[in-house]
Amino acid sequence: MTDFTGRNKIATSVAEAIGPIPAGATVLVGGWGRIGIPTQLIPHVAAHTQRGITVVSNNCGVGIPGDIGEIFAAGVVAKAIATYPVHPSATAFRERYDNGEIDLEIVPQGTLAERLRAAGAGIGGFFTPTGAGTELGGDREIRVIEGREHVYESALPGDLAIIRAAQADSAGNLRFRRASRAFSPLMAMAGRRTVVEVDEIVPLGSINPDDVHLPGIFVDALVQGGTR
Amino acid sequence: MKGWSVEEQAARVAALLPDYAYVNLGIGMPGSVAAAVQPEQGIVFHCENGIVGYRALAEGEAPDADVIDAASSPVALIEGAAVVAHDISFAIARGGRLDATVLGAFQVSQHGDFANWKAPGARIAGVGGAMDLAVGARQVIVMMRHVDRDGNPKIVEHCTYPLTAARQVNHIVTEQAVITVTENGLVVGEIAPGITWEELQAVTGAPLSVASAVASS
Repeated sequence: MTDFTGRNKIATSVAEAIGPIPAGATVLVGGWGRIGIPTQLIPHVAAHTQRGITVVSNNCGVGIPGDIGEIFAAGVVAKAIATYPVHPSATAFRERYDNGEIDLEIVPQGTLAERLRAAGAGIGGFFTPTGAGTELGGDREIRVIEGREHVYESALPGDLAIIRAAQADSAGNLRFRRASRAFSPLMAMAGRRTVVEVDEIVPLGSINPDDVHLPGIFVDALVQGGTR
Repeated sequence: MKGWSVEEQAARVAALLPDYAYVNLGIGMPGSVAAAVQPEQGIVFHCENGIVGYRALAEGEAPDADVIDAASSPVALIEGAAVVAHDISFAIARGGRLDATVLGAFQVSQHGDFANWKAPGARIAGVGGAMDLAVGARQVIVMMRHVDRDGNPKIVEHCTYPLTAARQVNHIVTEQAVITVTENGLVVGEIAPGITWEELQAVTGAPLSVASAVASS
């Protein structure tokens, strides 16, 4: 007998789902602009983390309740890795960045996606033409491949990934909706622990296997959206 | 003000796009190209967030919160659209599948270097997907004003702003002219009505030459 029925990943609280957050953790936070943001999970990380974490997210706050700005406002972030931190609503980030409390690493969006993908796929790093000859190429190793400069980029794993999905079954199989998918499956794969806030939990077996966007093997715990 | 309106400028950009092109539009002025392409061109727009195939919302059409463009403005999916995660979205962008990207810029050099993400000395800036698009799209079209707010040329011999990418720009479309970047320098293909060659060169920080048949007043 082999089945998924004993593998219930649905947690009864956000605290149970996330568990203890290690000191100095790297936390991958889903969301692209105002969509796909795990607004129930973020406030827990903001409230239950010691200063010194690194957060990785496309943005640094977009002005909606429960966005990553709450983690910056809690004063726990030592470093942010982002592609577009300059949203006018990223005020909590901006204030602490301007005070020198936060290091910022700006990463091209496709490079961030691939660094996460590499981490999840067990690849240590890769060479990309993106950023070659620019200040974001920095002082990293350059290799000329087929006549074109490429820069070395390392994998970017997280100790914790928090993302949002549209639908999940109890085994953690996920479906995303429209453009809110974005970085979410990549972060889920790159997280040593991955917690998913889902809009809808459906019975095991009700998602067609061909329609699973991310299998539950990458998911540690689920909470229904609206769970505290 | 002399020169083309943004709509007229967008029409020049649209005319540069190959038929049936997949195109990514940057935030700001390039967004106006979505309304300028003709149905018979068969253009499909890609967005960094993973949408392949979107259009502007019709008047009064209800927005879907999860369907947005690069500027986070609501748009609508077209028939045949696909939505993918970021790894595949940037496989499209970086992997050479886009026929063109239209981006804004602070500066473009005569060699096709361009800068569009950070002002010199700025402590903070956002790059988004610009660098991936710039190295991956088959054509990079810069759509911008010809000069900056202080009247300084944005087309220059060498960029002084931090680069987005080196030697990637193919065309520059401003309110004053359509310019192609060639191995022999910048070649003007069209000048907006009412602007003389001397006036155009005076506000351009790099030497211009003339295509064989320039439309001019």
